Amino acid sequence: MTKWRVGWAILALVLIGLPYAAGEFYVNLASQILIAAIFAAGLNLMVGYAGLTSLGHASYLGLAAYISGWMCLKMGANHAIAAPVALIGTMLVGGAFGWIALRASGLGFLMITLALSQVLWGTAYRWASVTNGDNGLSGLTRPAPFGINLENPAAFYWFTLAITVIAVWLMARFVDSPFGATLAGTRDQPRRMAALGHDVWLIRWITFVYSAFWGAVAGLLYVYYNKYIHPTSLSLTSSAEGLLAVIAGGSGTVAGPLVGAVIVVLLKNYVSAYIERWNMLLGFVFLGIVIFMPNGLVPGVRQLVARWRAGKS
Amino acid sequence: MQFWIIQTLNSLALGGLLFLLSSGFSLIFGLMRIANLTHGALFMLGAYVGVAILKFVPNLWLAALLAGLTIALFGGLVERFILRRLAGNALGQVLVTLGIAFIIADLCLIVWGGDPIPVPTPESLRQPIFLWGVAFPAYRLVVIAIAVATGIALYLMMERTRLGAMIRAGVDDMAMARAVGIPVSKLFTAVFCLGAALAGAGGIIGGPILSAYPGLDADMLPLALIVVILGGVGSLVGAFVGSFIIGFVYTFGTALLPDLAYVILFLPMIFVIAFRPRGLFGRLAT
Repeated sequence: MTKWRVGWAILALVLIGLPYAAGEFYVNLASQILIAAIFAAGLNLMVGYAGLTSLGHASYLGLAAYISGWMCLKMGANHAIAAPVALIGTMLVGGAFGWIALRASGLGFLMITLALSQVLWGTAYRWASVTNGDNGLSGLTRPAPFGINLENPAAFYWFTLAITVIAVWLMARFVDSPFGATLAGTRDQPRRMAALGHDVWLIRWITFVYSAFWGAVAGLLYVYYNKYIHPTSLSLTSSAEGLLAVIAGGSGTVAGPLVGAVIVVLLKNYVSAYIERWNMLLGFVFLGIVIFMPNGLVPGVRQLVARWRAGKS
Repeated sequence: MQFWIIQTLNSLALGGLLFLLSSGFSLIFGLMRIANLTHGALFMLGAYVGVAILKFVPNLWLAALLAGLTIALFGGLVERFILRRLAGNALGQVLVTLGIAFIIADLCLIVWGGDPIPVPTPESLRQPIFLWGVAFPAYRLVVIAIAVATGIALYLMMERTRLGAMIRAGVDDMAMARAVGIPVSKLFTAVFCLGAALAGAGGIIGGPILSAYPGLDADMLPLALIVVILGGVGSLVGAFVGSFIIGFVYTFGTALLPDLAYVILFLPMIFVIAFRPRGLFGRLAT
């Protein structure tokens, strides 16, 4: 057990100390990874724990970013008002989308979430009076909570790190709670859970909205980081990146999406710098993961460790 | 008057193209129980391959036939060598089709570049047809006729032929169909090829109206999804009716409320999902 504690302490030190050791480029990269990790962890609640694969999770990221950007830019609101409005607005839309999509399960759910998110994506392009269309909303600012200037990359990184830690802790608590156990029950045996008197639909809907909430949190951090928002953030590619992070790392595990987010963001930033073909790479990684590593990295490594331990004793 | 006629014909033509796209999607879903997310990309690939063929064969219909065959071959390879490996894992198959869709889209961007490529309307169909002093664009009428003819042909194939009977048996009860000796896995390949061929041919037939451009896949896929959600998966009649509903809603939405055309697409979909989740003509619960 002490070995684990030492491991955690080292991880915490590395994460907190990163801005002292690494240059600005790496600090910004780490911020992007953290944002992707919150996004993927939220999506994992649906994919891994509710057993409902959503291909439209970018809706909530993009929607929160757009609402925040639009409030600041066109309504002249400050961040203290824009952020809660963005979170609440996104959760309302998430509640409506969940109500529609949860009429189905399985592939029907996947198709409906995809269609809904594509409708939002198309609207972001067309509704130019609100979204500026293809030009996107630019000239946004980062907030300054408690007078801390987040324009500084290190400060933004620590801010994002703190939110990520809170988010992952809350989500881990969520899936470990009695509610999380019933949720896993509705994933594995929805009919038996219904027979036991659980409202399967309501459990799924609550999870859907909670998952959308973390998508919105990631969206706010995303728009603060980029200070810009474009319809591509709502695109199928954006949803697929999140889903890839979940399944590459291992859905239904707390650590999986975090590992997956590291992989996806590093791939996007490094490999695509050499071959400039992110979409194609994304496609091939999807093929490779689904065909050769369907359970994802974290469960795969866990199996290896278990086998190694069994061999040793 | 002219505005309404043009928009109505545009709606019907878009509906026809959507039918070519979504009938295959719906058949594949009905039989194989997977959502083929490459379908929009196959439509775009058909448009680009058709453009390439048109350089050598200056006949749109021949190009549509050849593009359809090419895309069918491609679809068959995807089904045999990739989807077959994941048999029984529907979610894995859907994610793989998503990956392939990204690869196709990026390949098209590499090969044909980022600028839209216009597809010329066949010479003989450039002049509008005048009836009662109103001009009807001839090409759109032909597209509508092709869609209706395809719909009738598919319907007859499903209802009157041995192949159609086997497909229906596979849709209704796959295990029993296998047990009585129907080669269901060969049907999978056949239906996948057929769906791909319809999408590919639809891409180039739609060329003179939509042209070939990067992003055509992402524009068409959601429309096809909404058509199938509306009409009900696995239902040919549903795909037909749904296509024309969406054709009208989208075309008139774009013409009258350009900002919110996509939001208007929500309405029929929400209505159907709320009151009839299986779709207007669907038998399978999604």
